Amino acid sequence: MTLADAPARPKPIPPIFKVNQGFWEGSKVSELRLDHCQECDHIWFPPSSSCPNCLSTNIDWQAVSGRGKVWSWIWMHQRYGWAFDSEVPYLLVQVNLEEGPSFVSTLVGVDKADLRFDMPVKVTWQERNENQSVPVFTPDDADTDSVDPRGDPFGEG
Amino acid sequence: MNGAAQHGSTAIRDKTAIVGIGTTNFGAVYRDLDPERSAYDLGMEALKHALDDAGLNKSDLDGLIVVRIPGYTRFAEMLGMPHLRLVNVLEGGGRMAGVALQYATMVVVTGQADTVAVVYGNNGRSVGARYGGEGSRMPSPDDTGPYETMYGFTSPGAAVAMMWHRYQYEYNAPDDGLAAVAINNRKNGALNSNAVFQKPITYEEYVNARFIAVPLRLFDYCIINDGGVSFIVTTAARAKTLKHPPAYIGATYAASNLNHNYHVQDFWWEACQDVSRRVYKEANITPSEIKCAEIYDNFTPTIVFALEGFGFCERGTGHEWVRGGRIELGGQLPVNTCGGHTSESYMQGHALICEAVRQVRGEAGARQVPNADVVQYNCASPITTATILHR
Repeated sequence: MTLADAPARPKPIPPIFKVNQGFWEGSKVSELRLDHCQECDHIWFPPSSSCPNCLSTNIDWQAVSGRGKVWSWIWMHQRYGWAFDSEVPYLLVQVNLEEGPSFVSTLVGVDKADLRFDMPVKVTWQERNENQSVPVFTPDDADTDSVDPRGDPFGEG
Repeated sequence: MNGAAQHGSTAIRDKTAIVGIGTTNFGAVYRDLDPERSAYDLGMEALKHALDDAGLNKSDLDGLIVVRIPGYTRFAEMLGMPHLRLVNVLEGGGRMAGVALQYATMVVVTGQADTVAVVYGNNGRSVGARYGGEGSRMPSPDDTGPYETMYGFTSPGAAVAMMWHRYQYEYNAPDDGLAAVAINNRKNGALNSNAVFQKPITYEEYVNARFIAVPLRLFDYCIINDGGVSFIVTTAARAKTLKHPPAYIGATYAASNLNHNYHVQDFWWEACQDVSRRVYKEANITPSEIKCAEIYDNFTPTIVFALEGFGFCERGTGHEWVRGGRIELGGQLPVNTCGGHTSESYMQGHALICEAVRQVRGEAGARQVPNADVVQYNCASPITTATILHR
């Protein structure tokens, strides 16, 4: 069977486990919830069952601001024999959240010409199934002070 | 970091050497796909060449580190060497070439074993390795890859593209900022009869090639090919008695920067600097004394990151520094004289270590750097490593 013959599969999504359950529960109500340490107040991603700062297992889920800045972005052109192939070239971004953790994600609701390094963004949600929505980002128009006006001199493709 | 690690030592300096190197013929294997030719087979062929090269018998080995080859038990059995003093397997990742060399060096320095073979085997192309896309396995609770693949983010190339784009912004590197690096690899590969690709590319071919992940193009990406590589490390005393002049290991160090993404936001600068401080001090050299550098290049930006991080040029200037022939044969610092991962072979760093040994010995033929008495292998990656080899 070649890749072209393969049946269409949905976009992959992490299974729900105990370790990430709170993240996905938050996604159902459009709230970005990350692991939070009750001992040292550290917040982290991706989910783990102990705190990477103090190793405590006394942890809970905390809703975070969902605001961050675009550290970088790329346009994926390559097809890997999966559900994203029909969307190439597609945009992927690295977002640094205000609270510290950094995400690979994508950006919606923005024209290519308006992409900027360090542009402020806020979380929004894309539903994948009845139990899981995926956090994506959109320009945060409330915060325009820190935008570099240079734009992307190299953003072809 | 504790003080000893900060300041380096002289525990390793010149106590060991690489005495044998061997590879499969990368070009021939590339043209002859065979899914039943295993990583074990490819590694075994390379090891036979390395033993011949050293003038050693297999019975001289008392240590074996296999890389990417799935298991040491089968390999040791195939080798007919069940009785060894140091045995292990390292995962199949590009960062592991330097780690394997570091490991073998420590084993010999401490007397755990006297003569250690590192054996790498990769049949990824024949069996259709894709280095991206959706895994076939059900993810476990500790798999973090799915937090990236759920967006269609996949492959280390995408991660390096993410870093390079930010680098371009921070340091005003132009759209063609990697052209000189990509062209240099292919130019050197044309002088290497063992290379997969022996045809140079022009500037136009580079910039007009398709994008894989903008801002990276086709010729910024490594090849996927099958092959085997082996190198043998032994004591300096024994090395002096063998066929070739020893390639002494002046120093070898590592520093990691690990997170669930492949990419980091300082382009591995701190890790490179940490390794640099120790590796140059122990080897008692400065970067300006290095005659050529074999630099891990799964994707071409890592060459720029490494040239800066290991002190060959100022931070943020690597994209300019590589221009004008400086990294070509005959230039100030020839880089990846064998053609690197985009031209010779993607042996995840191991073949670059062999090339460093050839250069030190003076047996690199048409691509020999004159008086290459000091050569560096380095790798800017989640486990950053550098090794100084010298006559």
